[in-house]
Amino acid sequence: MSAAMSGLAKRIIPCLDVRDGNVVKGVRFREHRIVGDIVELSMRYRDAGADELVLYDITASPEARLVDVSWVERIARVIDIPFCVAGGIRSVEAARRVLNSGADKISVNSPAIQNPQLVQELAEAFGSQCVVVGIDSLEIDGEYMVKKMTGDPNKTADAGLKTMDWVQQVQVLGAGEIVLNCMNQDGVRRGYDIHQLARVRSICHVPLIASGGAGQMSHFQEVFKDAAVDGALAASVFHNQTLAIPDLKAYLTKESITVRV
Amino acid sequence: MNAPEVAIIDSGGANINSIVFAFQRLGCSPVFTQDWEQIQAASHVVLPGVGAAKASMNHLTQLGLTEKIPQLTQPVLGICLGMQLLFERSEEGNVAGLGVIPGVVGRMPKQAGLTIPHMGWNRNYFERNPFEQVPSDTMFNGIEDRSFAYFVHSFSVPVGPWTVAKSHHGEWFSSIVGLRNFIGIQFHPERSGELGSQILRNFLQWKCLSRV
Repeated sequence: MSAAMSGLAKRIIPCLDVRDGNVVKGVRFREHRIVGDIVELSMRYRDAGADELVLYDITASPEARLVDVSWVERIARVIDIPFCVAGGIRSVEAARRVLNSGADKISVNSPAIQNPQLVQELAEAFGSQCVVVGIDSLEIDGEYMVKKMTGDPNKTADAGLKTMDWVQQVQVLGAGEIVLNCMNQDGVRRGYDIHQLARVRSICHVPLIASGGAGQMSHFQEVFKDAAVDGALAASVFHNQTLAIPDLKAYLTKESITVRV
Repeated sequence: MNAPEVAIIDSGGANINSIVFAFQRLGCSPVFTQDWEQIQAASHVVLPGVGAAKASMNHLTQLGLTEKIPQLTQPVLGICLGMQLLFERSEEGNVAGLGVIPGVVGRMPKQAGLTIPHMGWNRNYFERNPFEQVPSDTMFNGIEDRSFAYFVHSFSVPVGPWTVAKSHHGEWFSSIVGLRNFIGIQFHPERSGELGSQILRNFLQWKCLSRV
């Protein structure tokens, strides 16, 4: 999207892993340790200039998750930037509980693959603007393919969908935003998958958020300029303080990319 | 000075807590209500809106509030869909609005390379003296021209005599509108950082002469 068409700022989005109401760090579903209070960390990123937060609920047991979404309300009470809750939302009722607790958006991934109608039901119940679809995509023999259950390495499997087809389908079903996690790049910090994101961008008419691969400031510049995404999500570079958001935004401004400062 | 008594009108839809929390952060205890007497007695009234125009208007009609809201004389703040409902009609479901402000809410243009919904942080351009539309000397205190706010919407109000500030996404549209004691904000003040808090704070400072 060219700057002349819209005044929208490019969004910088830290992602926090949440387990049983605490922010944790570690390999998902394996030995993770509590790294801080969820409200304190959310506010720290808000104060640093994050444009939005994604809170990824990796609580192992779905039962525990349904009982306790009080952490969502604890964040909603204090924070004044938008936040999205991802992970474990499998029904309209679960989504309603999270949204009523004060989240601005909910993100669905594997449950949408298992039941694509869920996306439509969520959009009808709450409006597309609340409904984010997360897609984990892996390049296999030159073709981008969707993976499911990526939170648990023992359960990760092919979804039997081409990424480009799934991106088209979820838009028809009513997705209001797509987060594309490029798994080839995930965790290696060599930059976002510009090629894949640019291809998805060409068919994605709702906001597109890049995920996977951020390691340094220039990676953000590249993904905004060369893949024209609306936002860039990152976790470890922010959590381990490789990058500070104020520095990143000052750099992007100098590179003539519109960010909120 | 009495603390403001804020009534947030229950216009249906989920996620109403975030606006309640935003007022609580400013030290208010807003009531969330469908009751006309409570609404009428409040010092400040908020019309939020999440979801579709038609569903919200149906809800307000069932409550018997569509004729009454335009008669309010205290400061009234419409947020997002709540702002759009202040107008005569919306193309979203082609539904009649409250008719407080003349004008029609339209679908945002679909253009190649332009994402809809308009979601994210965009600038507010105050073009003229905002007090022409909103006769309050406090409403825009400390609000800088071109400051960013958080928007999420697919329909918008065109720029017109009601425009206090405008924003750009494919075309210019009204980001803040005002008429007499009614103000409408297309973005989400509860999710717009310092700017949003300042707007809500100013709103609470606003007193309408007719009620003093």
